[in-house]
Amino acid sequence: MKVSREEILHIAKLANLNLKEEEIDTYLLHLQDILNFANIVNNAPVEGLTESFGVNENCNVFRKDEIIPFENNELLLSNAPEKERNMFKIPKVIQ
Amino acid sequence: MDITKLTVHELKEKLNNKEITISEITKAYADRIKEKEPDVQAFITTLCDEAITEAKQIEDKVNNKEIEEEYAGIPIGIKDNMCTKGIKTTCASKMLENFVSPYDATVIEKLKEEHIITLGKLNMDEFAMGASTEYSAFKKTRNPWNLNTVPGGSSGGSAAAVAAELVPWALGSDTGGSIRQPAAFCGVVGLKPTYGLISRYGLVAFASSLDQIGPITKDVKDSAILLNIIAGYDKKDTTSEKREKVDYVQALKNDVKGMKIGIPKEYFGEGINKEVKAKLEEAIEKYKELGAIVEECSLDIADYALATYYIIACAEASSNLGRFDGIRYGYRTQNYTNLKEIYKNSRSEAFGEEVKRRIILGTYVLSSGYYDAYYKRAQQVRTLVRQKFDEVFEKYDVLLTPTSPTVAFEIGTKSSNPLEMYLADICTVSLNIAGLPGISIPCGVDSNNMPIGMQLIGQRFGEETILNAAYTYEQAIKFRENHKPEFKGGAC
Repeated sequence: MKVSREEILHIAKLANLNLKEEEIDTYLLHLQDILNFANIVNNAPVEGLTESFGVNENCNVFRKDEIIPFENNELLLSNAPEKERNMFKIPKVIQ
Repeated sequence: MDITKLTVHELKEKLNNKEITISEITKAYADRIKEKEPDVQAFITTLCDEAITEAKQIEDKVNNKEIEEEYAGIPIGIKDNMCTKGIKTTCASKMLENFVSPYDATVIEKLKEEHIITLGKLNMDEFAMGASTEYSAFKKTRNPWNLNTVPGGSSGGSAAAVAAELVPWALGSDTGGSIRQPAAFCGVVGLKPTYGLISRYGLVAFASSLDQIGPITKDVKDSAILLNIIAGYDKKDTTSEKREKVDYVQALKNDVKGMKIGIPKEYFGEGINKEVKAKLEEAIEKYKELGAIVEECSLDIADYALATYYIIACAEASSNLGRFDGIRYGYRTQNYTNLKEIYKNSRSEAFGEEVKRRIILGTYVLSSGYYDAYYKRAQQVRTLVRQKFDEVFEKYDVLLTPTSPTVAFEIGTKSSNPLEMYLADICTVSLNIAGLPGISIPCGVDSNNMPIGMQLIGQRFGEETILNAAYTYEQAIKFRENHKPEFKGGAC
């Protein structure tokens, strides 16, 4: 399967990444290389096998939906790149 | 007495006999870090002054019998992807360069309950993506056996620090070999526990269905001791499993008579370096001498498992790393006019090349049109890999393979070819795919005095068996007594 330039730009957009002009060719080459190798999964004898999403037997672990307050708001907000009072600050979304 | 040469169980013995004090231990390691860290570059954050103060406090409390935990006052190093309250957790990324976690990871809480002292946070490949620690955004860690070579990765800082005796033991994390391969490259012991044995709460997620925290230690007994401290169910991690508490030190019987060891021939194929293969063959003979029943077997899944690993790990990474958006924590670009530009520019400026590559690959295999051919298929192969392991474990207690096809390679020789670097994970990744435990222990050195690692694989929650198999072999060959890192080279 050949990956096109348009495709890699589309993927980068989905992943919220900008690619510089010189990065596009390198990533194209690497992606192509890795996918060529990864294609061998299509030769594996998996007829009739279900998919494993993990290795645990315990799926769907439920608990009560209880609120556990995290007291130290100041510490939480100390990592915010920009904040105002006790809120995270972002640019205006609705114009 | 050179304190930093001792294992943790030896330190404990000397503490019990009042030959040394808790303060002396931490002071000895702080001095050693001052001396050797400039060569090895294992730490992202050192906490020597804080550790010395803490050691004094713990020492006083132990003397007053206010603290009775067995390993109180022993220092440790932590891979920098485990959250430590009040101390930076960077994941070796520009994205988290100034991130200070508001809470402790569960493993860190457990260490604190034991009054174990953190000496610092250790270097790694960015977000644990890599096999050489060259993808750290901050520094390149060097292998103490030859400073021109890599320590392996992604827990390269942890393994190098233990090998260079900068810490008595360390925690690493393993998604596809990131504890075992650096342990092999640095001549120390690395254990990846069964998926679900250790809580992942507070471990910065790379691939959640594969990640597992584990010990990197000087010897097998220390590995069992540290596993005792960190293992157990945690309600904050629903993938951790409720099980009865096991004392892993009790499992070390120094006896493998009658143990059935399988040698999967596919792991000894043409890609394996000749000297590595020769040392592994010697180890196999040693196990026979020790009374184990050793047989060749077939496990024809190595290539499928490797391809599956890179599909699943990158898919999960692309989703997990979606949280880094420059809003609540982490790096924010200066260059934006709207919200979308904050996301895109922050991520593009702060993620390194390898992290972006894996996000792109992961997004690709999950995207419409390719999902079935790659991701869905890989999940089916995952079932196949688990079944094949189940089949061989009907006959054997333990499987024995090399940890890595080669010894540590020179810095800069593989980082330009990502696929080549990925292929070197062939021996380790299948365990993560199947959730099995594996331990890497040194089994000799090559003609350049570089350590060679042997991997022992167990059944799910078969840690006791592989620890005993590793311990018995270790007691027989006494690697640590015969081989030491030389700190040679270093001109790069």
